[in-house]
Amino acid sequence: MVAKRIIPCLDVKGGRVVKGVNFVGLKDVGDPVEIAKQYELQGADELCFLDITASHEGRETMREVVERCADVVFMPLTVGGGLKSVAEIKAVLRAGADKVSLNSSAVKNEDLISAGADIFGKQCMVVAIDAKRVDGHFEVFINGGRIPTGLDAIEWAVRAQKLGAGELLVTSMDTDGVKNGYDIELLDAICREVNIPVIASGGAGKLEHFSEVFKKTGADAALAASLFHYGELKVRDVKEHLYKEGISVRR
Amino acid sequence: MIAVIDYDAGNIQSVIKAVKYLGANVILTDKEDEILAADKIILPGVGAFPAAMASLKEKGLVSVIKRAAKEKPFLGICLGMQILFDRGFEFEETEGLSLIPGEVRPIDAKGLKIPHMGWNSLEIRKDCAVTERIKSGDFVYFVHSFAAKTDAKYIASVTDYGGEIVASVCNGNVFGTQFHPEKSGETGLDILRGFLGKEATL
Repeated sequence: MVAKRIIPCLDVKGGRVVKGVNFVGLKDVGDPVEIAKQYELQGADELCFLDITASHEGRETMREVVERCADVVFMPLTVGGGLKSVAEIKAVLRAGADKVSLNSSAVKNEDLISAGADIFGKQCMVVAIDAKRVDGHFEVFINGGRIPTGLDAIEWAVRAQKLGAGELLVTSMDTDGVKNGYDIELLDAICREVNIPVIASGGAGKLEHFSEVFKKTGADAALAASLFHYGELKVRDVKEHLYKEGISVRR
Repeated sequence: MIAVIDYDAGNIQSVIKAVKYLGANVILTDKEDEILAADKIILPGVGAFPAAMASLKEKGLVSVIKRAAKEKPFLGICLGMQILFDRGFEFEETEGLSLIPGEVRPIDAKGLKIPHMGWNSLEIRKDCAVTERIKSGDFVYFVHSFAAKTDAKYIASVTDYGGEIVASVCNGNVFGTQFHPEKSGETGLDILRGFLGKEATL
């Protein structure tokens, strides 16, 4: 059976890995290629790079980062952040990425999901959803969590799958950075409505949070950033924990 | 020298990078003389069966590949493995390269997500270049919606996804992996080392 995946996420700015809390207050945590290699040695199943500048220069720098990583790291790489056109998607795939993650651009231009899926295949297209509880439902926010869209996150997840998304990266803005566990309610609601893989994001703070999200929701993968960057937990420890809990992982 | 066949099959760079990382000399080529002069050949592939065959035909590579595969070690990866068989049924019935008897059909995994995407474990069935350095239980990375149906004597390893799925095959000097060794970490590199033999120095 397919193993549950553990995915470290690297927020990249100016060719360096940075990390903030609740989307603000950035700290430099190191060279992306070095960090990627360390994660591979620890047993990471996949890596996610997010270009948090989302500017033209940022995208150029990101392509170089992906290219350098793909020289030495042999696992699936997902790249996201500010990709607005098929040409930009093609450029990161050519640089060595296996998948692209679309967030704001997918909300603003749904056709980009279908166009990308038609050309590169659904398996290349990850739609990232940042959601927050507003008036009793989960609302989709874009532009790094700054702009509410009025969209319901669960409806948007279903629509994204229909448009050609091959995977969803679901981040709860309520739990992100708080380290009190993944947003089980949000993830469970989305997993019940779609039949493409779902990556859980936002809120991991200790080993038990990983087993909890796999036991209580249909999530296929769990993503974390600062937890791994600062060495609070090693990917290998998470895998050992999951294995002991009876969850299928690659060890 | 390793020749990676260039036919617009997507994600070719990852294969080249992995082969280079292992210390082998590699060229990306669609030229007959370069393919026939290489020591070993890799046919990568991401996309659909009919488009891949059409592209090989358009480039006049079908007979070159068939000839090369008679003479030297040949590895098809993912879609590059699928087109080694007699025919495929993606969108429409399409003739393959017929280097290994068998055909390629949609994955029949009741209730499971398609594509079969992610890390899955192997069960080794036969000792050959693409299995000799790995063991049953090792994980590799799959992304596919179609799977090969072939005689047990060609099956090198299988995986389980709602039933048995052919993971790697061999027929003499022709090899294929349904998964992506170039994306399968140290296990994947070991599989490539097995195929590359003395061409790999790292």
